[in-house]
Order: sequence, then C-alpha cells, then structure tokens
Amino acid sequence: MPANRFNAFTDYGVGIGLRIPHYQHIFEKKPVVDWFEIISENFMCDGGRPLEMLDRILEQYRVVQHGVSMYFGSAEKCNREHLKKLKRLVKRTNTPWLSDHLCWGSVDGRYTHDLLPMPYTFAAAKVTARKIRETQDFLEVPIAVENVSSYAEFHVSEMTEWEFLNEVVERADCGILLDVNNIYVSSFNHNFDPFVYLNSIPAERVAQIHIAGHSKYRKYILDTHDHPVIDPVWKLYARALQLAGKTATLLEWDDHIPSFDEVHHEALKANQFIQQSDTVTT
Amino acid sequence: MKRSKPINSSSKAIRSRPKRQTAGELRDLQRLMARAVMRPLTPAAKMNPRWTDGTLAKNVVASFIKPNDRLTSFERLQLYNRQYWFRLLDCLHDDYPGLQAVLGERKFSRLAREYLSECPSASFTMRNLGQFLVRFIESNPKLVAPDQHLALDMARLEWAHIEAFDNAAKTPITADEMRAANPQTLRLGLQPYLTLLRLNYELDDFLIAVRRGQGLRHEASNAMENRRERLPNKSKKFHRSKAFYLAVHRHRNSVFYKRLRPDQFALLSALQQELPLEAAFAKAVESANSAKFQPKQITKWFQDWSALGWFCHAAVVKPKRKPRCPPKTNSL
Repeated sequence: MPANRFNAFTDYGVGIGLRIPHYQHIFEKKPVVDWFEIISENFMCDGGRPLEMLDRILEQYRVVQHGVSMYFGSAEKCNREHLKKLKRLVKRTNTPWLSDHLCWGSVDGRYTHDLLPMPYTFAAAKVTARKIRETQDFLEVPIAVENVSSYAEFHVSEMTEWEFLNEVVERADCGILLDVNNIYVSSFNHNFDPFVYLNSIPAERVAQIHIAGHSKYRKYILDTHDHPVIDPVWKLYARALQLAGKTATLLEWDDHIPSFDEVHHEALKANQFIQQSDTVTT
Repeated sequence: MKRSKPINSSSKAIRSRPKRQTAGELRDLQRLMARAVMRPLTPAAKMNPRWTDGTLAKNVVASFIKPNDRLTSFERLQLYNRQYWFRLLDCLHDDYPGLQAVLGERKFSRLAREYLSECPSASFTMRNLGQFLVRFIESNPKLVAPDQHLALDMARLEWAHIEAFDNAAKTPITADEMRAANPQTLRLGLQPYLTLLRLNYELDDFLIAVRRGQGLRHEASNAMENRRERLPNKSKKFHRSKAFYLAVHRHRNSVFYKRLRPDQFALLSALQQELPLEAAFAKAVESANSAKFQPKQITKWFQDWSALGWFCHAAVVKPKRKPRCPPKTNSL
C-alpha cells in the first residue's frame, strides 16, 4: 500500500547515486542495489557511451531521475526543448517519479549551473508552482521538489523556507524530495531549528528522502556531498521517517567519491532507521 | 504531528506587510543576483569589491541579501560567486586538457575567465560550456599569443571530441543501399558525431596522451565543489605543418581520431555538403587538386568508411551551424 498519494514507492528501499567511477564495479560484480538515482542532465544527450551505460544499468536495476537544471523558481518560462529532451529520457528510464530542486539558476537564457536560493515570496511561489505543474503535465510523471542548501537569504522574503515549501507544493500539488542534510546545512547557515522545519512540512507529500555529507567551516557549512552522513543528520532522517513513514531514501556522494562498497555501506545504514520506523508504525 | 498551515493571503501577519514582491520584481531580483554571481573574481579569488558602476559592491549586495551574525551580506553572496567560477572553470579544465597543456595553466586560466565573462553558459548542460570557445579564440587571438594557430587547432580538436562523444548516431546506410542507388542522385550525409578537421598541427597523439593522464570527466551534480588539481604542463615542441587532416568520430561508443589523406578529406568534405555522389566526386577532385580518383581506391575507402558507419541519409542530417557567442544581454 502506498503511504500516501505522493509516496507510492514505500518499498523502494535505499538507493545510491549512479556515478561513473562505479560503473566497472557495477557491471562486473552486479551488486544488489535497491535502485539508482541518475542525474538526468548527464543522460540528456543524443547518443554515445552515456546512453549505452544507462541502458546496461536499466537492464538490471531500477532507476529514478533527479535533475539539476529545471530551475522551477526561475522567472523565465519553461524551456520546451529542454522538456522534450527530458521526456525522451523519462520514456527511456521509465522513472516512477522525477525530482528537481526548489531553486532558480538561470535568467534571460543564461545559466549559472548552480542551485540558487529563492526569495520566499508569494510571487515566487506562484511562478514556481505554475512551472512545476506545467512540467508535470508535460512529462506525465509525478514530480517531487527538493529543498536546497542555501547560504544567503533575501530581505524581500515574506515567509520562512518551510512555509515557502508548503506554499509551492500545495499550489503545484506535487511531492517533496526531502533532503534532511540540506535542512541541517541551511539551519546552521540561517540560524533556525531544523526540527521546526521538519515538523512543519506536509509529511503526506514526502515522496523521497536524500541524505548526504557536507563540509563544515567556522562560519558556514557547504553542501559538498563528499563525506559520510553525520549523526545530527541521521537524527533528522529518523524524525522524517517518523513523520512520513517508510520512504524511498538515497545517499548522495558526488565528490571525492570512495569505492562503491563504501558508498553503498554508508547508504545501507539508513535501513536500521527504516526498520525502526516500520516497527513504530506497525 | 501538528504542522503549520499553508500560508494564504488572508493571514493577518501577511496583510500587515506594506508591499509584496511582484513577478516582475522577482525577475529583476534574479537578474541582479545573477549579475553579482557571474561577475569575475579578483586575482585573489574574492568577489569584486566594486560594483559594475564603480560604487561599493557591499552596498549593492546589502540592499537585497540579509547578513547574519557570522557573515556580511557581501560574504554570503561571495560563496555563490566563488562557487560559480570554480565550477565553470573546473568544467573547462576537464573538457580542454589539451588546450591547457599547450597554453600552460596560467594562460589557459586567463583565457577561460575571459571566455566565460564574454560567453556565459547558454545551455542547461555544462557539456556545451565550450561551444563558443573556438569563435572566441578567433576573435581574441592576443589571449593565446604567440600560439594562436596551435591553440585554435587544439580547441577545434577538443570540441570535436566532445561532439563525437555523445552526438546522435543516425541509421547508417548499408553497402547494399549504396550499390543500388544512382550516383547522380544519391546524397550521402555524414554522421552527426563525425567532425572533419583541417589542422596545422599534428595534435592527435599528443591529445590522446594528455587525456590518458586526465582521469574521468567531471559529472554534473548538485554539490558544491572543492577545486581540483591541475594537469601539469606538457613541455613539447609542436611543428607547424602545411596541413593535417583528421576525422574525429565514434566507434563502438569510443572516440577515435582517424588521420585522412588530403584527397580523402576533400571527398568527405564534399559529401558532408550533401552533394549528389557524382557531383561530390567532381568537387573533391577539384579541391584536392589531384588527378582523377582511382575506382579501386575509392571502393576501398567507401568500404572502410561504411564499415565505420559514417554514412547516413543526407535528408535527415541538418548541416552544422558555426556556433557564435551570443551577445551579452544588458541585464547581465
């Protein structure tokens, strides 16, 4: 049974990001992995090795698409050519849902290739929600938006980040990819209680959870995805499971990538929390 | 668990706010922030303390970014400004190891900074970040002096490599189809992943050696990045030749550089223009300045190229446009 209408994949288990340094290990050892998350943009090409590798993975594993360039929060309209490319990939992977970030990153056709923070305003929520709806309608696949790590806030903001997230997902009627590491990073950078954030999100919309490591500096934290998950983030994860129930979970590790086994081992630590939440629910 | 209700316009707290942001103001704010994030860093890799109009950047930034108890508005935005440049410069370093090797780290970095300032990314994917680099070098030869020709050749070769890696592959024409067709009307196309290059330097072996030592191409992800180590410079003397012909292509999903004879290059170039086969031969003979092609030789070439899958139907292949760096908009 789906936990809610945005989380029809409660039994998806724990996945890891598909990364090039692990290809050889995956093809040779064929490890048991619940699912792989791919960065959509790495496969939105017209041919060649990336698609060959993806097809080989698809023969044996479940794949979920995660994007970094939809920029739902950018003031400009959706790019139809981009959406067409994305839809071709969606058909190829048969992804059960698709995620991208609650952020902006392009303006006037110029791309920063970054996940820039939103001003938390009603105008921004309206623009963002409209684009998510358009994308969802075009791609014909459920969309989950991910909260990002941020390092700056705007004077113009009219609400908190979690209120903004609520506003957007309610207007767009979409799911949430809840990144508990991002909540932790932003809570340090912006001085808020991460549990207040967690307790305020519409748990019934959580379709997926991200966990990751980060880099702490004296005055701020950067979301580097190059370390194991720290205990405070595991605690947030446990709380998220209490709220949302069993949820597909993914470990992100994007830089200084260790061996496949090390990454997978780190990801599988999530299982103990999932089992605990299952026991509580039962 | 209790959670906060979605905000709506009747909220008392919100009603008391004097003015809400409009959609137009959202766009203006994003333009302003993008301008700040994409501004070149100082030589010490810091955000420029002066704004575009010469005023203090910290005052401009403070007008839209909040400070916190540890960082000023300027310092907070600087995190994004630095990451923007680190991420994009790293991508160019990953995609152009050969150019970096021939120019040296310092000159390449300056070229990359100037290029990205003039031609910010116009694509959702960083794969296309270097699409205007050849044109940019042609327009700014001083940035690569005294190695303009060498740098241009390497930039062309490395962009052709990127195109060969993941451009589309059309259904190849079979030998039977070719044999059955009328050479007066048959128009062959070349695969979109195939680029023909006329270079001044023999760079293929050098680039293969450089790429072998480079490691894996960096992927797009949503993580902040630490700076990468650079490749060492290659101290090699390059000798300029009269002309050096190369086909950069893909076979079994690996990129290859195939050396061509001048007459082979001329024939393939004519075919790439989608002329009928017979007209292409005539044009190739003329441009190669050679005597007539030998039928036996031609047959062998076509067998080889066909086996590599280079030919497809002309009608389905759009001619390649020469990329131009789009003019910068005023807003940026």
